[in-house]
This record gives sequence, structure tokens and C-alpha cells, in this order.
Amino acid sequence: MDLVISTVSQGLLWALLAIGVYITFRVLDIADLTVEGSFPLGAAVAAKLLTSGAHPVTAILIACIAGALAGVVTGFLCTKLKIPALLAGILTMIALYSVNLRIMGKANLPLLSQDTIFSITKIPGLDAGLTVLAIGAVIVLLVAVLNYWFFGTELGTAIRATGCNPHMIRANGIDTDIMVVLGLLLSNALVAMSGALVAQSNGFADVGMGVGTIVIGLASVIIGEVLFGTRSFKNCLISVILGSIVYRAVIAIVLQMGMPPNDLKLFTAILVALALSMPLLQARWNKFRREVTR
Amino acid sequence: MLTIKEISKTFNPNTITEKLALHDVSLHLAPGDFVTVIGGNGAGKSTLMNCVAGTYPVDEGSIEIAGTDITKWPEHRRAKFIGRVFQDPMMGTAANMQIEENLAIAARRGKRPTLRWSSTAKDRDHYRELLAGLHLGLEDRLTSKVGLLSGGQRQALTLLMATMAEPKLLLLDEHTAALDPKTAEKVLSLTREIVSRQHLTTLMITHNMRDALKFGNRLIMMYGGQILFDIPEEKKKHLEVKDLLAMFEQAAGSELVSDSLLLS
Repeated sequence: MDLVISTVSQGLLWALLAIGVYITFRVLDIADLTVEGSFPLGAAVAAKLLTSGAHPVTAILIACIAGALAGVVTGFLCTKLKIPALLAGILTMIALYSVNLRIMGKANLPLLSQDTIFSITKIPGLDAGLTVLAIGAVIVLLVAVLNYWFFGTELGTAIRATGCNPHMIRANGIDTDIMVVLGLLLSNALVAMSGALVAQSNGFADVGMGVGTIVIGLASVIIGEVLFGTRSFKNCLISVILGSIVYRAVIAIVLQMGMPPNDLKLFTAILVALALSMPLLQARWNKFRREVTR
Repeated sequence: MLTIKEISKTFNPNTITEKLALHDVSLHLAPGDFVTVIGGNGAGKSTLMNCVAGTYPVDEGSIEIAGTDITKWPEHRRAKFIGRVFQDPMMGTAANMQIEENLAIAARRGKRPTLRWSSTAKDRDHYRELLAGLHLGLEDRLTSKVGLLSGGQRQALTLLMATMAEPKLLLLDEHTAALDPKTAEKVLSLTREIVSRQHLTTLMITHNMRDALKFGNRLIMMYGGQILFDIPEEKKKHLEVKDLLAMFEQAAGSELVSDSLLLS
């Protein structure tokens, strides 16, 4: 039971990362690697602020702002300086490695004696594990509702159209550069928030905790889309959140079955590669079956 | 309404693929003018239109719309004045988004997007009314994704989107070339209906000389990056396809006709 609770809570905290990756990968149609730097950035900023005595809520909000700035940097590189988006993200990610070390002052910052968002919240009848679950659920719900609202507004619709058809949206008077920057800003703010929460739940921030986060985000997005559908934007948001939880469950199961934790990233990479090639493999398989039955 | 003064455009200057696409082109459209543009491949028709729309900057010359010099404006800013329908039916609409969302974007062409919800119940009634005018049954499919529509339906929708926030200038870049003849005819008659109802100043490129003669009140023919001739309404009324060919032969040299002009 404890394992189920901690799996779902981890899924919820990482769901913010998944929503962030969804915004760049699906809405803007950009594979944004900034994520690998903005996730630990969020953790580093939050940890540093908490150890300096800041309130956990303040720490999380400032972590978000830091993530947003990282997104703006990538946006500036790819729109104004015309660096391909993939490379722009890699540049920001590498730069953030140094920035994160500077913020923390060392490679690992423990949060053992500090108040965190999870330790200051006392909900009657809930133990520590359930508290993380409850807070995670509330935050994810709030973020999902805000995203649903934002992407339904004129501005949000314009960002979605930018990813879908930049010619069309320019012909309708929207500056696509600004829309790309806004999308990256929002995405990385959420990713940093996820980092800030994960650091508080794990009890430390580490400069290496960003490695592989883009793949984890992609895995959540794709698993969610395959299992729970993509009918509408609302449906997609829910799918991505559930996808993040399912991803954590899959990881928990394979670890229980005895897979060495060191092989986790290899396993995740194979999972995502398979999921991304699914449409092609499916088409091949259907063609093969038609030919066999003929 | 539109004043183009001596614009020139060269692609890939100082390289082996250098191409002079427009050479000192000047053109003036009075309000309500509906000008059809013909010419062979590489004549500069699409380049002219893209320079007006701001897809590429011009090397020299100036472009004015409704008295405003827009030569240095980026593409998205010019959209305030210009409605466009592209040759590719996929280009004018966002496929992954609903018909309603596409219309909401077009209804606010040229305005800064705000944090208001993109369409209200009142907007939707208005969209339904406009869609009913297309006679395609789209008024009952507001929440369908545009990607589910046929090429002809998408082109009709793009035409509606280009004109719903009344443009000072409508640019049609061979907007029926990718459609089957019957659908093309429908979209063309819809074009005529909308243009005449709203008295839109329109520039329409076509590969089809019969359409070029049938539609609009003026015809220009382009060749080698220049306007070869500009035929006013009275003269255009009495022309036939063979007259156009003869005029082209005389102006450009007979041996060029079969190569550079697609006959239809």
C-alpha cells in the first residue's frame, strides 16, 4: 500500500514536468532539451532558498520564475538568433549546469532539517506519505485547470496554432517568435516547479538530477496519449498526468521484479524509442498481415 | 488601395543560383479592383504576392496599402490589412484545431491576442451563420478538427477566414489550383460572391486563362519578373484566350509561348 501511495505521489510531482514537455513537444512541436537543465534549476533554487530560511511556497514560486527565465533564454536563442531549437535547448541546458552549481555552491544540497512544503502542511488524519499525495494532487489539479484555461484563451489558442501551422498564424497577424518564447517560458516554469517539488519530497537537490528528464517527460506524454487518448486539449492534459503516474508504476513494477536500478535509464530510453516508433511499426505490421492473409 | 512602386527582388544574390524574380514592378489597385494575374512558371506572380504579404522583404521600391507605407513591416504586422488564401489547402488553416478555434483566430486578425476566452456563445452563433453561407454543412461541425475536412472544404474555410475581418486587400495565390475542377469552380464562385458582397480589393493569381478572363475587372500578365501588360475592364470584356496568347506572343516573342505559358 505504501508503495502504491508513493508511486502515485511521485507520478503527480513529475506530472508537472510531463505537462511542461507536452507544451513544447506537442503544442509547439519543438523537442526542448532545456528541461534537463531547468528541472535541476528549480530544485537548486528551491533548495538554496529553503536552506536560507525562505518559506516553501516562496521557494517554489521563485523556482518557477527561474525556470521561466531559462525558457526565455532558449526562446531568444532559437527565434532571434535563429539557432535550431534542439541546439538552443542543449546550449541552455549545458549553461544551466554551471548556473545550478553556482546557486547551490556544491553538487548536492540536503534538505533534511529544513521545512518543506510537505512538512509544514499538517492535514489531520494523513501521515507523511498521504500528505505528499494530497499536496501533489492539489497542485497538479490547479496547474491543469490553469493550463486548460490559458490554452483556451485568445493568446493560448495563438500559441497552439503556432505549433500547428506557423504560416496560418502569421497570416492572421500573430508574431510567431513571441508565441514560441511564451510557450518555452510556460513549459520551463512548470518543469522547474516539478524540480522544486521533487527536491523537497526527496530531501535533497542534486546537480545531476536533470539527467534523462526529457526522456521521462516524453515517456509520460506518449504513454498517456496511447492509453488515455488525445481527443481534445482537456483530454490530452488528463492523459499526460495519468501517463506520468503509469510511468512511475511501470518503473516500480520492474524494480520490484528485480531490475537493477542502474539500468532504469536504459529501460526508459528503450520504452520511449518503442513508443515513438509505434505508428511506423504498426503500419508495417498491418501491411505484413495483409500480405500474409492474401 | 494598394500602391507598389518600382519593387525589385533577387533571390540568392551573388551566387550561382541568383535569380531576378521581380524587376522594377509598379502596380496600383483602386479600391474595389479585382485583378487577375496570369503568367508562366517563374514569371514572378507568386513572388509579387509574397512581397506584398511580407513573406520576403523587397530589395528596392516601396509598398503602400490604404496610404500606409508597409515596406518595412514584418509579415505578421501586415496581416492587419491583408487576407490571404494559399495554393496549398493545408497552409491556410490549423489542422489539429477545431473549426471554431480557426475562425476565432481569423475573426481577430491583426489584433493583439488577449486572455479572454477565444470564443463565446455569441461568437459561435455568428460563425454558424457565416459557415451556413458556404453551403457545405460545416455550420453543424464547429468542434470538428479542420484536418478532417476535404481540400475544397478547407479552401472555402480559408477564404471565409481571410475575409471575415474585412481586409483592405485580399490575396489569392492560385487558391483553386490544388482542387478538382468541380470543387475549384465552387470555390471560385464563392470567391466572386464574397468579393463582390464586401467590395474587396483583390489580387488573384491563376494558371487558368479562362478564369482570368471570367473573373475580376482587370487582368495583368507577368513575364520574367515584370508586368507585360495590364488590361482594363472594357478591353478585358471582349478578350478571349486566343487573344491573350496573341498578345503574349507579340510582347514576349513567339518561341517562348509554348514553354513558359501553361495553356488551359
